[in-house]
Amino acid sequence: MAITSSKQSQVNKLSPKLLRDVREKIIEFILFIAAFSSVATTVGIVGTLLLESVKFFQNLALHRLAASQGVSVEELTNQTVSIGETLTSIWAFITGTTWAPNFEPPQVGILPLVSGTLVTTLVALFVAVPLGTIAAIYLSEFAPPRVREVVKPALELLAGVPTVVYGYFALLFVTPILQVVLPALPAASMLSAGLVMGVMIIPYISSLSEDAMRSVPNYLREGSYATGATRFQTAVNVILPSAISGISAAYILGISRAIGETMIVAIAAGGQPNLTLNPMDPGQTMTAYIVEVSKGDVAYGTLDYETIFAVGLTLLIMTLIFNIIGHWLTKRYRETY
Amino acid sequence: MTSQQNIQKIRQTIARNKRSDFIFSIIGLSSMVFAILVLALLILDLAMDGLPRLDWQFFTSFASTDANQAGVLAAWVGSLLVMLVTAASAIPIGIASGIYLEEYARKNWFTDLIEINVANLAAVPSIIYGMLGLGVFVYTFKLGQSIASAGFTLALLILPVVIVATREALRAIPSNIREAAYACGASKWQTTWDHVLKYSFGTILTGIIVALSRAIGETAPLIVVGAVAFIAFLPDSLLSQYTVMPIQMYRWTDVPDPEFQANAAAAGLVLVVMTLAMNAIAIYLRYQLRKNITW
Repeated sequence: MAITSSKQSQVNKLSPKLLRDVREKIIEFILFIAAFSSVATTVGIVGTLLLESVKFFQNLALHRLAASQGVSVEELTNQTVSIGETLTSIWAFITGTTWAPNFEPPQVGILPLVSGTLVTTLVALFVAVPLGTIAAIYLSEFAPPRVREVVKPALELLAGVPTVVYGYFALLFVTPILQVVLPALPAASMLSAGLVMGVMIIPYISSLSEDAMRSVPNYLREGSYATGATRFQTAVNVILPSAISGISAAYILGISRAIGETMIVAIAAGGQPNLTLNPMDPGQTMTAYIVEVSKGDVAYGTLDYETIFAVGLTLLIMTLIFNIIGHWLTKRYRETY
Repeated sequence: MTSQQNIQKIRQTIARNKRSDFIFSIIGLSSMVFAILVLALLILDLAMDGLPRLDWQFFTSFASTDANQAGVLAAWVGSLLVMLVTAASAIPIGIASGIYLEEYARKNWFTDLIEINVANLAAVPSIIYGMLGLGVFVYTFKLGQSIASAGFTLALLILPVVIVATREALRAIPSNIREAAYACGASKWQTTWDHVLKYSFGTILTGIIVALSRAIGETAPLIVVGAVAFIAFLPDSLLSQYTVMPIQMYRWTDVPDPEFQANAAAAGLVLVVMTLAMNAIAIYLRYQLRKNITW
């Protein structure tokens, strides 16, 4: 009798703790599942792009095969494509200089889209890097605290404007103004898209660079001032080199924003795939092409539908390369104080 | 004599250096003024073109082939519904994974992987998320070109922002708060829920507002997922077709007719005011929180 009651009380004492432990474990598991969602997203992105791209390259090989044999694609639909033929069509995709997916056989050389992306990105960096860096130096080393309190958030607002609005601005405000100076400029050009994109990217560069410069320890500044250097000399010769890893990371982020930016170029760059390095020409970027195809109703499983995944994969690989360079630069040039 | 000359020289150098300092601050200030001026010009341009179109009728009419009859009813209702789906899915998952990574995760290769992953996801172009949404939500889960697909796609897009904001907010809570709770016998979850999360709520909210304001303005991923431009009905379920404000604006920008471009400007003005207001609220909140916190 006594034993059972003591056992009883032990069970009573134990069970809340057990219950609590179980509850804690369940909660931890739910939280873990949530954290795992980011991995699932990545797997989803890579999986979707790879899967559809493989289909695209096989389909492309089929089209090329049909063209070389002078028959229609439908007659070959059930034929399997060898790995060699798929590899050939991948090579044609990477090195081709004509982008015309609607031709028969389809001409899908990615180079015109890549050149469009590079030109708009370069124009954007041409605006954003100097302005962003100068603004960062000023905010971190020169500006009185009150000015910084006001100006930094105001700059950050630039990044908050929807990009479709920037596109409208580039097409209907910036281009007409540029045409006054450059009468040869067409109504849609990579130049005005790139310039506006540059303004959009300024806060990404200035904010991160400023953070990097502000985290340079004060004794470095004081040491420099003590030798008689001015603010400007200190900023250029001491602060800038010490913060170089953070600043280069900011530049890389700017580049990857510019490569991935879509609406500004879709609206203002002209939408013609053009293998050119002249920013005054109209052009099409990889992102703008994806938008152009998507806004028409593209049937699932057609070559058109699949091209956007191959282009998307190329885009993802390009941004990934820049990210890796960014990580590497940050590690390589990290100053240890 | 010579020392006098030296002093003269030093004074000249000092004057020259001071001048270069001065010149640089002018350049710095004007580069920022330039950037902000562009923002002002942009808003002014939109206001001049679009303000005359902004009336009650504009918000209560559907898209139309007649520019003066056309409105944004379907678009703002669509935006609202898509945002609701986005917020309802991104906020709980984002905060939960932020809590896991900051409070629970042990240091091992797997949590390292998740961390690198979150950082990389933040740099993936938004249009790629559209393709993910198209492949997964529209075709694999068969949700179709619907509000649900759009909302989930945008949720994945802003998830990294919410996660990072949550983690930074949690990291800012000093560990003595946690230790005090443990000392009173609180469990890990009780400590996290009743104390750590409560104190970091303001900062997390700031991050969420910024993330949602970004989602409202997103256009490219929704075009890929299949938002329709001209629809003349209100969605009756989360699986129905829809359009959103930025896409309505984009389609109007595409039409060469200046009357439609005035409509585009009006829609753009609404968008800009909305996103800038949300950003401003976030900035104000951050400022207030920073001022009030005394640990």
